[in-house]
Amino acid sequence: MDELYYEPVHRLADLLASGQVSSRELTRLFLDRIQELDGAVGAYLTVTAERALAQAKEEDERRRRGEAAGPLAGVPVAVKDNLCIQGVPTTAASKLLAGYRPPYTATAVERLRRAGAVILGKTNMDEFAMGSSTENSAFRITRNPWDLDRVPGGSSGGSAAAVAAGEAPAALGSDTGGSIRQPAAFCGVVGLKPTYGRVSRYGLIAFASSLDQIGPLTRDVTDAALLLEAIAGHDPADATSAPVPAERWREALTAEVQGVRIGLPREFYGEAVEPQVAGAVRAAVERLVADGAVAEETSLPSAEHALPAYYLIATAEASSNLARYDGVRYGFRAEAADLAAMYLETRKNFGAEVKRRILLGTFALREGYYDAYYRKALQVRRLIKDDFDRLFATYDVLITPTSPVVAFPLGARTEDPLAMYAADICTLPVNLAGLPAVSVPCGFAGGLPVGLQIIGRPFAEDTVLRVAYAIEQRLQLDLRPPLGRVAA
Amino acid sequence: MADITREEVRRVAALARLGLDPAEEERLAGQMVRIVEAMAQLRRVETGEAEPLTHVLAGLGNVTRPDEPRPGTDREALLAAAPDRSGPFLRVPRVIE
Amino acid sequence: MTTPAGAEPKAMGAGGGAVAAPAAAPAPAPAPADGGAPVWQEKDGLRYRVIVGLEVHVELRTRTKIFCSCPNQFGAEPNTHVCPVCMGLPGTLPVLNQQALEYAALAALALNCRIARETKFDRKNYTYPDLPKGYQISQYDQPLATGGWVEIDRPDGLGGGTRRIRIRRLHLEEDAGKSVHDQDATGTLLDFNRAGVPLIEIVTEPDLASPEEARLFLQELRTAILYTGVSDVRMEEGSLRCDANVNVVVAGAGPGGADLRTPITEIKNLNSFRSVVRALEYEVARHLEAVRRGEPLQRETRHWDEGRGVTRPSRGKEEAHDYRYFPEPDLPRLVLDEAWVEGLRAKLPELPRRRRARYMEELGLPAYDAGVLTADPALARFFEDVVAAGVPAKAASNWIMGEVLAHLNATGRSVQDLPFGPGQLAALLRLVEKGTISGKIAKEVFAVMLETGGDPEAIVQERGLVQVTDEGQLVEWVERAIAENPEAVANYKGGKTTALGFLVGQVMRYSKGKANPQRVNELLKERLDAPGDG
Repeated sequence: MDELYYEPVHRLADLLASGQVSSRELTRLFLDRIQELDGAVGAYLTVTAERALAQAKEEDERRRRGEAAGPLAGVPVAVKDNLCIQGVPTTAASKLLAGYRPPYTATAVERLRRAGAVILGKTNMDEFAMGSSTENSAFRITRNPWDLDRVPGGSSGGSAAAVAAGEAPAALGSDTGGSIRQPAAFCGVVGLKPTYGRVSRYGLIAFASSLDQIGPLTRDVTDAALLLEAIAGHDPADATSAPVPAERWREALTAEVQGVRIGLPREFYGEAVEPQVAGAVRAAVERLVADGAVAEETSLPSAEHALPAYYLIATAEASSNLARYDGVRYGFRAEAADLAAMYLETRKNFGAEVKRRILLGTFALREGYYDAYYRKALQVRRLIKDDFDRLFATYDVLITPTSPVVAFPLGARTEDPLAMYAADICTLPVNLAGLPAVSVPCGFAGGLPVGLQIIGRPFAEDTVLRVAYAIEQRLQLDLRPPLGRVAA
Repeated sequence: MADITREEVRRVAALARLGLDPAEEERLAGQMVRIVEAMAQLRRVETGEAEPLTHVLAGLGNVTRPDEPRPGTDREALLAAAPDRSGPFLRVPRVIE
Repeated sequence: MTTPAGAEPKAMGAGGGAVAAPAAAPAPAPAPADGGAPVWQEKDGLRYRVIVGLEVHVELRTRTKIFCSCPNQFGAEPNTHVCPVCMGLPGTLPVLNQQALEYAALAALALNCRIARETKFDRKNYTYPDLPKGYQISQYDQPLATGGWVEIDRPDGLGGGTRRIRIRRLHLEEDAGKSVHDQDATGTLLDFNRAGVPLIEIVTEPDLASPEEARLFLQELRTAILYTGVSDVRMEEGSLRCDANVNVVVAGAGPGGADLRTPITEIKNLNSFRSVVRALEYEVARHLEAVRRGEPLQRETRHWDEGRGVTRPSRGKEEAHDYRYFPEPDLPRLVLDEAWVEGLRAKLPELPRRRRARYMEELGLPAYDAGVLTADPALARFFEDVVAAGVPAKAASNWIMGEVLAHLNATGRSVQDLPFGPGQLAALLRLVEKGTISGKIAKEVFAVMLETGGDPEAIVQERGLVQVTDEGQLVEWVERAIAENPEAVANYKGGKTTALGFLVGQVMRYSKGKANPQRVNELLKERLDAPGDG
């Protein structure tokens, strides 16, 4: 039973189905694991132990009564703290929402529950999902289970660390510029960012509305497919959710890669990419080529402008999305004698990174600057989308490193915002184009996991998951971090 | 271009209702100069007549909902989150002219 | 026509430079009926003309709010029609109400606007405690509709004739909540019931040449929208709101004898048609006085003080507005194809000006009657139904404008509230027509109908109100009147013809009003004028 916390969801679901373990036992196991490890890892902001055990009991009883069990019936799952759950503290790791309990539940979480999942708690993140290291949380830092002196990546660092450390078998995260894939790469787990519109954003605390997308962080590719099946599909409460039904992605998983056309855009393998990272990615691609896939170098020229375009668009939207945190209707309010002072004193409590981004976004939308900054960024976004479309006329998938580097030491980039932003150069073009992409572990560099990113056509989650599965099956990596000294 | 002065940072912060203390303002101004400078590389990109891409997911058709009232969320749960209330109202400090 | 650079609506002015180019609404294809020639006026030695543009907000009468399923209802207890979406809770998203879109488009068609093929929503960013999200979802550079017009009958004092007031644009947006400033000693109280109510904003070109024209325009606009049924357009309930932009051009008052154009004043807090007129008159006078004294004016926003009858500079520091408009990422763009627009156009009722013209031309009604009857679409429908039931138009009009409106005005009700329908009024008028009852009796029957809503024929039968035409009975009454009133008879014979009226009145009294007065008149005359009597 001890090693169950490193089992993937689909295995746990089998054990639950065959009665070898109950949901209550399993939930207890993960709650104990959290108790044991989370002081050191810091993956969670809130652990909903009582609720989880109650939900587990319900699932067990339902199963005992012989009622139809959902695909995740009784499986514990963690949820990033920017997803609203009715009555459960939901802060987006910001002081502005300290103590806030939403009166409604996000669609994606609602769907997880309907599939039978038990919610363990809310995971740490960069404040309002702004960051690449989870160091921007207002409440605590999260450490990388592979090296506790390093960051787990971000902004879904809590979700990635929880899964890597066996503090949850799977978790939901959100990805605006790489916030699922980059921490997945840093922590040695699988992270899937679905096509924009695939998963409802209703109940996801917005960072940048045209880029945000919810997705799973899991121990293997099969689990990513399994969780996506549970949360995907049209939602009338989100006007940008696509009227496209969820598919049986798990059934499409095959290790067969004969004839798969792979493009390797050279802009993603530039100087900024550590040689060991690029080496691990290329080696994994070679394994596919050896089995009949076709890979060739190609080019996505507009990618070099993706970073400024992304930061202007994301911050512009964020400056508007975060205007509502004013202390009037919910959340934190600083006491002040007059309204103007109340606004300023209340909003003073945003963290430095959030302030930087609100300033940049406000600046980009100002009268007289709009055309030169925001509008220009939208034009570049168009060029990037066109470039991707062109490549997908030739290739089934594009493969790149997920991050140019492996997990960096805590504090290494906090003083240099631009260096922090550069951590996302491989992932953010994908959000600009709204495409599906998965990060799958492809090896190690200096003992730290390396992630490989597979990008597909809009709504071709089946293809990116299949190629990810093919890599996973060929590499058979041992992804249990060396947590001995903590657990002991 | 890209010259963003401390005064400019102050103006933008006021527009965004962001409280900044002087040290913070100083530090942010320095960072903003570098960030805006990095962003300004976009201005050199040849974008021609490219249509700004505002909504990445095209072809959704017109997305609307029917004009039908639906039972709302528990009103007390909704209002309970407010930092200050007065009877059925929410309350904020007065605007001082 | 030279473009008046005058009143430039706020939405298009200083606040709006951010997005590329706001859709300019070119003049509509047909030129203004009178060519829009400037109207010069003279006062105290100044030759001047007035330039007014209006920005009108109309609340749409949908069942639910524009972006959530909360009820859209005026006058509810504070904060009862609220939900996570309209309270701007973290994570919530807007979804457009189809009916709001259709209502806005119907209003646009009624105002002769062109509906855009493609339109989108934008965020207008500003901070106010009753604005839940810190931005208003509105439309900026691709409004729903552009280039419309409303016709008004220009006052004779300004040259008369029919005139087209151009509408620059019409767009759809959400309303904010309400701030109550005067019920709490140290704070402002907030009610979010109104937050998210659908609004259309209508911006005119600066085509109005006087305060009176502004009133006429608002009246025409109001009636046209009332006809479409998309709003109840009540200024007192805030479902019609109006800001006005005004300035004047004074001939020869500028440097070197050039015309002097004063800076634009934007007037807010106009709560009735009357306050629009008064505020504009006040402001025109203020501009002219400043020009006369050579004092400089500045472009500003002023607040109308209804009690004191003055405008005042808006309080608070003149903060430069920068709304930072950008496309709303949460709402996909809308493509409105021709079939959809034509489908809506087919739903448009006959609009008031057209109907007025038809009443005059086809039904032969005087302009005054046609105007009164068409001011309210429900009243016009009632009138037409009475006519359709076989009553001559003028008779129907007289009754509706007389008895019916008198009752409605006295009770503050509308025609839909009457306890009887047009068919029953028509039945009553037919009884008069046929001579079954007199006009006087008809008024009595009408009073009963207001009470009980009964069928007029039944009322006449039950109460025995049928007019007496039986000659024997009438002669008997006539003889009695002559016998009992010798003095009146003598007066009549002495040449005082008015005495006849007195005698007719006596007969009507004997008959309890049921005698046919015309026949009584004839019988009396025959009897008294006959030679040889007495």
